[in-house]
Amino acid sequence: MKIRICIIAAVFALVAVGSGQALAASPTLDSIKSRGALKCGITTALAGFAFADKRGVWRGFDVDFCRALAAALGVKVKFIPTNAKERFPALQSGEVDVLFRNTTWTLSRDTRLGFDFAGVNYYDGQGFMVRKDSGIKSAKDLDGATVCVNAGTTTELNLGDYFRSNGMKYKAVVYETGTEVRQAYEAGRCDVHTTDASGLAAQRSAMKVPGDHIILPEIISKEPLGPAVRHGDNEWGDIVRWVLNAIIIAEEKGLTQGNVSRMAISTKDPEVQRLLGKTGSVGDDLGLDPDWALKAIRKIGNYGEVFERNIGKKTPLALARGLNQLWSKGGILYAPPVR
Amino acid sequence: MTELTQEQGKVQLISWRNPAVRSVVYQIVSVVLVGFAAYTIFQNTVANLTKRGIASGFSFLNIESGFAISEVMPVPMLEPGFVSFISSIFLGLIAAFVLHKWVTRKGKTVGGDYRLVLLTIFFIFVVPAITYLLTNHIFVTETYSEASSYGLGLVTGVFNTIKMSILGCILATIIGFFVGIARLSSNWLVAKLAETYVEIIRNIPVLLQIFFWYFAVIRTLPMVRESINFFDVFIINNRGIYLPDPTPLPGFHPFLIALFVACVGVYFRLRHVKAVQDLTGRQLPVLFPSIAILIVFPGLVWMGLGAPVELSYPKLTGFNFTGGLNPSPEYAAMLMGLSIYHGSQIAEIVRSGIQAVSTGQKEAARALGLRGGFVMRLVVIPQAMRVIIPPLTSQYLGVTKNSSLGVAIGFPELVSVGGTILNQSGQAIEIIGITMAVYLAASLMISVFMNWYNEKMKLVER
Repeated sequence: MKIRICIIAAVFALVAVGSGQALAASPTLDSIKSRGALKCGITTALAGFAFADKRGVWRGFDVDFCRALAAALGVKVKFIPTNAKERFPALQSGEVDVLFRNTTWTLSRDTRLGFDFAGVNYYDGQGFMVRKDSGIKSAKDLDGATVCVNAGTTTELNLGDYFRSNGMKYKAVVYETGTEVRQAYEAGRCDVHTTDASGLAAQRSAMKVPGDHIILPEIISKEPLGPAVRHGDNEWGDIVRWVLNAIIIAEEKGLTQGNVSRMAISTKDPEVQRLLGKTGSVGDDLGLDPDWALKAIRKIGNYGEVFERNIGKKTPLALARGLNQLWSKGGILYAPPVR
Repeated sequence: MTELTQEQGKVQLISWRNPAVRSVVYQIVSVVLVGFAAYTIFQNTVANLTKRGIASGFSFLNIESGFAISEVMPVPMLEPGFVSFISSIFLGLIAAFVLHKWVTRKGKTVGGDYRLVLLTIFFIFVVPAITYLLTNHIFVTETYSEASSYGLGLVTGVFNTIKMSILGCILATIIGFFVGIARLSSNWLVAKLAETYVEIIRNIPVLLQIFFWYFAVIRTLPMVRESINFFDVFIINNRGIYLPDPTPLPGFHPFLIALFVACVGVYFRLRHVKAVQDLTGRQLPVLFPSIAILIVFPGLVWMGLGAPVELSYPKLTGFNFTGGLNPSPEYAAMLMGLSIYHGSQIAEIVRSGIQAVSTGQKEAARALGLRGGFVMRLVVIPQAMRVIIPPLTSQYLGVTKNSSLGVAIGFPELVSVGGTILNQSGQAIEIIGITMAVYLAASLMISVFMNWYNEKMKLVER
């Protein structure tokens, strides 16, 4: 029900919202400031990425980036949970200002849906999970399997492409939320659970006996997950892009949640000085306070800290950095320079 | 007096004090306002879509979808021959109608002469059948796959909705009539059981009931490897029910024709029985000879053709049972949820309909010497139908619209498939528009049919 209401509301919002926004620097930024809160679209529940803890506080990798963005803007943050189907109408209609919702950057989403992707905060790829006792060792053995998948995702499409290109048959059972997919798979409705590899690890950690399930070695797609904003408000897109970059640069430069305040005063590195607003005018250029990056980093720390805290080795997800390691350490995380 | 009024009327013809003028003005103003509102909404939508760089229009329906739908069926794609087939149906109907009018004008009825009946059957059934055989390309079927278009995906969703609604309506009606009559039973236990069923089921939201069937009943069935297996013919597990699937072989069409001929035969036999009863008062046996005609003749043809149907049995291959007929758990849960819920509503409609027939009618029927079953069948039910049909229509509309709850448990009906397409293509307004149009069309069709039926059943005052 909620889904339908949300989509219909989104449609009506598209229909009814007046088109009379002034040509200010960034209409989105203006409305966030006047509202005093950033509306950040996140997933309904995905362990490690966005979930409500026991006290009802949102936690997770994507949630942290929302917090950093809100801190850089100097506003509060309001989390709007959306399922895979609701997320795009929610962004299109202005229900959320930005989507940090493990959303894959694709050409059609960039064009047909009218979005811009402000970068990549997690390089992922689609994988398969099966029961250990099924004896399956490779995705090539999955001919004839029943596969549980989330509706309205790139995974749903890659699944079709993969089985088609390998001449295999399958039966897809499609649910609205990741949690429904997990429960159906756990109950034996499907032989295979498929989503992004990070999502599989997250879902497995939420199962009754995580050890009963294995993730197959094949990664069948590229899934660059990143924040999406509406196309057309480039100034807002720039802000989201550079808050994300600032978090990555913080790791390159050794800035941490603990030392960033000290470094802001003591650093001799000209780029760090520019980033943290000691010299230059990058904050001003973005339409933000000079200490925007300082506030963001102080809030959540650098990329490595965010990763380890939410999804890293010491968490139930136990994901390795892999592609999400800095370019200088063998990964592909590479933020453009602050200059 | 009259002259005076007319005089006044002339004077005030276009005056504000003339109610007719006022009413016209008000109506024009309302139309202009509504039109302006619609225009503004349209303009605003277009402007917003353009501003946000969202593509619009219906061209996306031809794009390859790329995703799978769990329940697909062959969708007929019309070929040119379809036009002549449809025309032949209409021509046949028109011919039968003209014949009926012509005969009625002569003061007779079609039913009164067996040759006229045969002619009518010829017009309505045989003419289209011959056209069908002559134009062998009426439609080709296409089954949805990842390589199909969004458009075919939507149509598949519509077909799943129809599949759900039709069977749901039939089952709900059967349940409703049985329970409704049982509620009035003189047997205390039967009446109380029916009442309990009705009072519990109709007061629980249908979505919860669907969840109950799906999560609490079907999900807890055994896994594939531990399936409940009846001689490899009938298999149950948490991925659904598996039954043997009858596949027609080449001789199947002659068998259907034989069945049709047998039906015509039974019709003539019933005419004969009635004629004999009207003439002599003697009642010939009806039930057994009819069954005999229906079974023996087609049965002989069946055997003569060497049983032109092949049963394919479900087999465990790899992950799943394959082959056979396999209603999915989602479909089964939806069907149970909808038919049991709406069955309880229909039961109340049936009960109220029966109770609306005054007891005098029953007493009169008994006084005429009719036995219990006949009282119900010949006197009470026909009169109760007049009360039952209008609310029954809204129950059928309810079944159709509630089939959209399938989205909650992953049954790929129109709303579910439409939602996926909406998400993959981003065409929110178009998809919502199409979905609303389909439900509107389906509801209107049900209404038209039920109104026609109501008209037919309504009390004819003589």
